Amino acid sequence: MYRTACILFAWGLGIGSASAKDLPLNMPRGVTDISEQVYDLHMTIFYICCIIGALVFGAMFAAMILHRKSRGHKPAQFHESTKVEIIWTTIPFLILIGMAIPATKTLIAMEDTTEADLTVQITGSQWKWHYKYFDYNLEYFSLLATPMSQINNRFKKEENYLLEVDRPLVIPTGKKVRFLITSDDVIHSWWVPEFAVKKDANPGFINEAWTKVNEPGIYRGQCAELCGKDHGFMPVVVIAKAPDEFDTWMAEQEAEQRQAKEKEKELLGMNMEMDELMTLGEKVYLARCAACHQPNGQGIPGVFPGLQGNHMVTQDQEAHIDVVINGVNGTAMQAFGKQIGLKEMAAVITYERNAWGNNTGDIVQPKEVYEVMQK
Amino acid sequence: MTQEYQKYYVPEQSPWPIVGAVGMFLIAFGAGSFVKELSSGGGYGGYLLLAGMSVIIFMLVGWFNNVINESMSGLYSPQMDRSFRQGMSWFIFSEVMFFGAFFGALFYARMFSVPWLGGADNNVMTNAVLWPDFQAIWPLVKTPGGGETTAMGWQGLPLYNTLILLTSSVTIHFAHTGLEQNKRKQLIGFLGVTILLGCIFLFLQAEEYIHAYTEMDLRLDSGIYGNTFFLLTGFHGLHVTLGTLILFIVFLRVLKGHFQPDNHFAFQAASWYWHFVDVVWLCLFVFVYIF
Amino acid sequence: MSKVIEQDHHEHHDHHHPSGGIKRWLYTTNHKDIGTLYLWFAFIMFLIGGCMALVIRAELFQPGLQIVDPDFFNQMTTVHGLIMVFGAVMPAFTGLANWMVPMMIGAPDMALPRMNNWSFWILPFAFFILLMSLFMEGGGPNFGWTFYAPLSTTYSNDSTALFVFSVHIMGMSSIMGAINVIVTIFNLRAPGMTLMKMPLFVWTWLITAFLLIAVMPVLAGAVTMVLTDKYFGTSFFNAAGGGDPVMFQHIFWFFGHPEVYIMILPAFGIVSTIVPTFSRKRLFGYSSMVYATASIALLSFVVWAHHMFTTGMPLFGELFFMYCTMLISVPTGVKVFNWVATMWRGAMTFEIPMMFSIAFIILFTIGGFSGLMLAITPADFQYHDTYFVVAHFHYVLVTGAIFSIIAAVYYWLPKWTGNMYDEGLAKLHFWCSLISVNVLFFPMHFVGLAGMPRRIPDYAIQFADFNALISVGAFAFGFSQLIFLYLLIKCIRENHQVPAKVWEGADGLEWEVPSPAPYHTFEKPPLIR
Ligand code: HEA
Ligand code: HEA
Ligand code: HEC
Ligand code: CUA
Ligand SMILES: [Cu+2]
Repeated sequence: MYRTACILFAWGLGIGSASAKDLPLNMPRGVTDISEQVYDLHMTIFYICCIIGALVFGAMFAAMILHRKSRGHKPAQFHESTKVEIIWTTIPFLILIGMAIPATKTLIAMEDTTEADLTVQITGSQWKWHYKYFDYNLEYFSLLATPMSQINNRFKKEENYLLEVDRPLVIPTGKKVRFLITSDDVIHSWWVPEFAVKKDANPGFINEAWTKVNEPGIYRGQCAELCGKDHGFMPVVVIAKAPDEFDTWMAEQEAEQRQAKEKEKELLGMNMEMDELMTLGEKVYLARCAACHQPNGQGIPGVFPGLQGNHMVTQDQEAHIDVVINGVNGTAMQAFGKQIGLKEMAAVITYERNAWGNNTGDIVQPKEVYEVMQK
Repeated sequence: MTQEYQKYYVPEQSPWPIVGAVGMFLIAFGAGSFVKELSSGGGYGGYLLLAGMSVIIFMLVGWFNNVINESMSGLYSPQMDRSFRQGMSWFIFSEVMFFGAFFGALFYARMFSVPWLGGADNNVMTNAVLWPDFQAIWPLVKTPGGGETTAMGWQGLPLYNTLILLTSSVTIHFAHTGLEQNKRKQLIGFLGVTILLGCIFLFLQAEEYIHAYTEMDLRLDSGIYGNTFFLLTGFHGLHVTLGTLILFIVFLRVLKGHFQPDNHFAFQAASWYWHFVDVVWLCLFVFVYIF
Repeated sequence: MSKVIEQDHHEHHDHHHPSGGIKRWLYTTNHKDIGTLYLWFAFIMFLIGGCMALVIRAELFQPGLQIVDPDFFNQMTTVHGLIMVFGAVMPAFTGLANWMVPMMIGAPDMALPRMNNWSFWILPFAFFILLMSLFMEGGGPNFGWTFYAPLSTTYSNDSTALFVFSVHIMGMSSIMGAINVIVTIFNLRAPGMTLMKMPLFVWTWLITAFLLIAVMPVLAGAVTMVLTDKYFGTSFFNAAGGGDPVMFQHIFWFFGHPEVYIMILPAFGIVSTIVPTFSRKRLFGYSSMVYATASIALLSFVVWAHHMFTTGMPLFGELFFMYCTMLISVPTGVKVFNWVATMWRGAMTFEIPMMFSIAFIILFTIGGFSGLMLAITPADFQYHDTYFVVAHFHYVLVTGAIFSIIAAVYYWLPKWTGNMYDEGLAKLHFWCSLISVNVLFFPMHFVGLAGMPRRIPDYAIQFADFNALISVGAFAFGFSQLIFLYLLIKCIRENHQVPAKVWEGADGLEWEVPSPAPYHTFEKPPLIR
């Protein structure tokens, strides 16, 4: 009924072109018991408001049609009635109580994060999410995967434009998953509409939320608190897998993460070529740094320093490596040491020192990065 | 119902408000640039700020001169006096709310944020995961980030200051009764003492600040304890300074014989302001120093 | 109900005639001049803030980044919000209060005329600073009109200090304006004008002024803490020092929620004045209207955290704020019901002020309903920070506050200028506005529910159709306001004399002085029976 009404409305406004079925009109019903409760609550209040609206506006239009001067209606003299006032104070009050009861029940259920089967720590930072599984040896970052070319309208936008990430969060279905949500810099908000979970990520505090997904699938959401320039480019993607599939996935990931750590060690003995570093470096730069320092390395004056011709980048190599590893405390420049591997780090620093006419000719090897890291 | 009703004095056009508006502009723009330049250096913000303050002082002198002249030439009515009084009371109410914001911050920190960082309520994981070494105690002498400081006790200077301000509230009351009963000596004497007490208070507070900075490692940036301590006492100190200045001007006017037992709004306003500042201090003394 | 017993305009004309030219406006102490200044200032700010909204809508016309970069987009959102709230709606209401309150209570002027001038003239300077900061290196404020820490502290750009001080000045202006209104109302009423005989516009402004004095200083405190956190190393909003970013939100919304009622209570007053006039029937339930206004104001102090349901408050807090917020619907409902009861069995005509008032009642109620939905905490988890919220507050602000201001201007314009406005143009203005404003804001409910976050310069493709439509509505609504601008100028310049009592059913002291209202009214107070 809601859909039909809305679709009629939308057609009335002239959006008949889009197939009406796909029109984004209402809150999703979601895939958890909680989200369904929330949806029902939403529809209940909505219908109550519709009814009250129909009554109030109905009375008003009746008056406007019947009691107009042009029809010769003479004004009545009444202008007060305590009885009526009491009635229309009490009835809305009772309606509100009727709404508050189910709302309270749902809310209490939503805030009960005890007895979880799995705990994931979610950390927001400008502009990515970091997931860390408790009780497993796995943590990783999750970044927007939509290429700039689509955002800049150079390529056609694909289906999940702005709602796709490189590494989604994976959780098992049918299990109560608890989220510990926090932030490294400003306030973000982790939101998946299909779970009816939206919780702010406050720096320095941990908020808890939970979900129990009924159906396997891919669920998409977005950061829901203004967190600076790329707030609109910070999606959340969650894949819910059946528990056994989840276990295999987890085993694979843990193995991969272990291997990667071992590879890091090998890197220390390795000497990489300029070309290799520059290609890899550009890739990393565009993915991780360009959001602030801009693809052309010129930054945004007054907000993000330019790296082209930058004193530190063209001269002091050790300080440069140090800044990228440890960040600058109390600024948007994060400590990338925890986020990027040695090889990528070496590559991106080499890239910065040689791109955009910086041409220092410096080659930074993973070993050098490692040494600064140890200090 | 045909009660005769006084004619109301509507002042003529006045250049002072627009002068004041320019002054405010210079202050805001100057202060904005000045604060920014504290970190980035250079600039002219400080000069603009000073210029703005001079303009405001110029404006106040001119404006009050007008008001005083009008008052002296008997243009005012009791109704106008009421307007001024009510205006002043509402202004003080707005000041109460301003301090309320900072007291609110203090109570929030003490009742919520610090305990939460220590793991209270629904923040068990906050403490366990993010700040495992942190313990919630007030005064917060060790912040979650690891900064350390010392808490200011209530004995000594703060206690003296409390006594001084309380006394000054009494003395200004006596000055007021002196004015109302047309006892000039009592008026001048007690008003003078009040101003003196205000100055002593400010001097002792400066001492206290120096002590805090040099010996106790208690600074404006020493975590939420230092923040609330300095902003609350600092804004209070600013109000005492202002109050003392106002009292001083009133004192000069008393010497000139400006006030009558039944017409002394400026005096009344100054004394209300002084009582208000005094009450704020009492709250400060209780919630910042003692508990 | 009331009558001017004696009205002599020639008695003392000699003292203080306005000096001509620009000086008249710079030096004025006359409540009508200052009211006019406030109203024009508000209108200009509305156009500027509206142009920023059009930048937002132009960028959002299609998915992808086309016109502005994301950082500038955020600046537009922020400054649009600030300008509309502090520069358009609030000064417009203050302007109306300046013009009408003294006339409605039979006072010769505002109680503190010089301060009145000051509280106006600092405003243009404050907004000059704010607008100028947009041209600084690094740009202007970009953290939303709510300036949540630490985005506005540690992570903000250099314009923040200017933002802070300009907000301080706006606050001072509002406080002084409010003190003036309160004192005028308490102290300058004509003999016989008891509190319960005051027109409702005066009542709602009395309560609004109280709210202003109570909460603007809290905003000043909030920006001060932002300033010290950013520049002086304090950590009010930084957990490492024992503070809490969420504390900022508590302080801000303690101001912010009463603030939104500051922007709607005078509107209630306006509608309560206009509806009886054109229904030719006394307002139904005068005293319950007064009590409802007071209850809304009192409740507004205990609901602030409904803007913060997702911040992770303890359950108890969430429940408390949910219940209190829901309660506000009751007194607001009383108002709506009373308006309808006033129309019921009246003898209605539909002049433009009435048309805007009726549109107000319907559309504000729709906005109120979405507000009630937002108040339901579990549902708010889904709505929060989506376009559903944007739809909610534009319904209560644009079709609420702005429509009521437009209604008030149409209602009193003949009194101010002595001329009747062009009825045809006004009708055009009304219908264009009514249709476009709904095309503009109604679909925002849909995209919001379907999951489009607010404050984003680019969005997923399923939202594209609606956003294009919304943008079309925005431009249409914007250009409809140019009709209004033209109409105003026309009305001021042309001559279509109106009698003292412009509207047949109007009631109140302001209709007993000639039109246009003379420079000084009620130098001798009228007597109220
Ligand atoms: C004029 C301004 C104005 C007004 C009047 C209101 C009125 C209300 N608002 Fe709104 N609100 C804003 C301006 C306003 N708001 C703004 C600007 C924001 C966003 C700020 C930001 O984040 O930038 C906001 C956001 C906002 C939120 C936060 C949403 C979020 O961010 O998640 C909430 C949540 O509870 C809310 C609730 C309400 C309620 C319950 C009312 C009630 O007062 C409404 C009461 C009215 C009615 C209910 C209709 C009439 C009543 C009847 C006909 C009686 C019968 C009805 C029933 C019993 C159902 N508002
Ligand atoms: C009273 C307050 C008010 C008013 C009147 C408006 C009016 C409008 N608002 Fe605004 N809005 C807010 C208060 C208001 N808004 C607030 C508080 C926010 C939140 C900010 C935040 O998130 O921090 C917001 C946010 C906001 C957003 C969300 C931005 C985002 O989340 O990123 C959008 C998007 O569409 C929007 C659109 C509009 C439009 C199209 C209008 C239209 O009604 C405007 C119509 C007027 C015009 C278009 C002007 C007409 C003038 C001309 C056409 C030319 C004139 C020529 C010259 C001057 C030379 N507003
Ligand atoms: C979220 C925004 C952001 C991202 C992403 C970011 N930076 Fe930065 N960066 C900054 C800011 C802000 C500064 C300035 C810090 C300061 O104030 O000293 C900075 C400073 C620097 C500096 C020092 C420049 C100088 O003059 O002091 C270097 C080098 C640098 N960043 C490299 C990088 C590299 C390499 C990456 C990616 C791996 C990166 N940045 C990603 C925001 C960012
Ligand atoms: Cu992260 Cu918005
Ligand atoms: Cu609110």
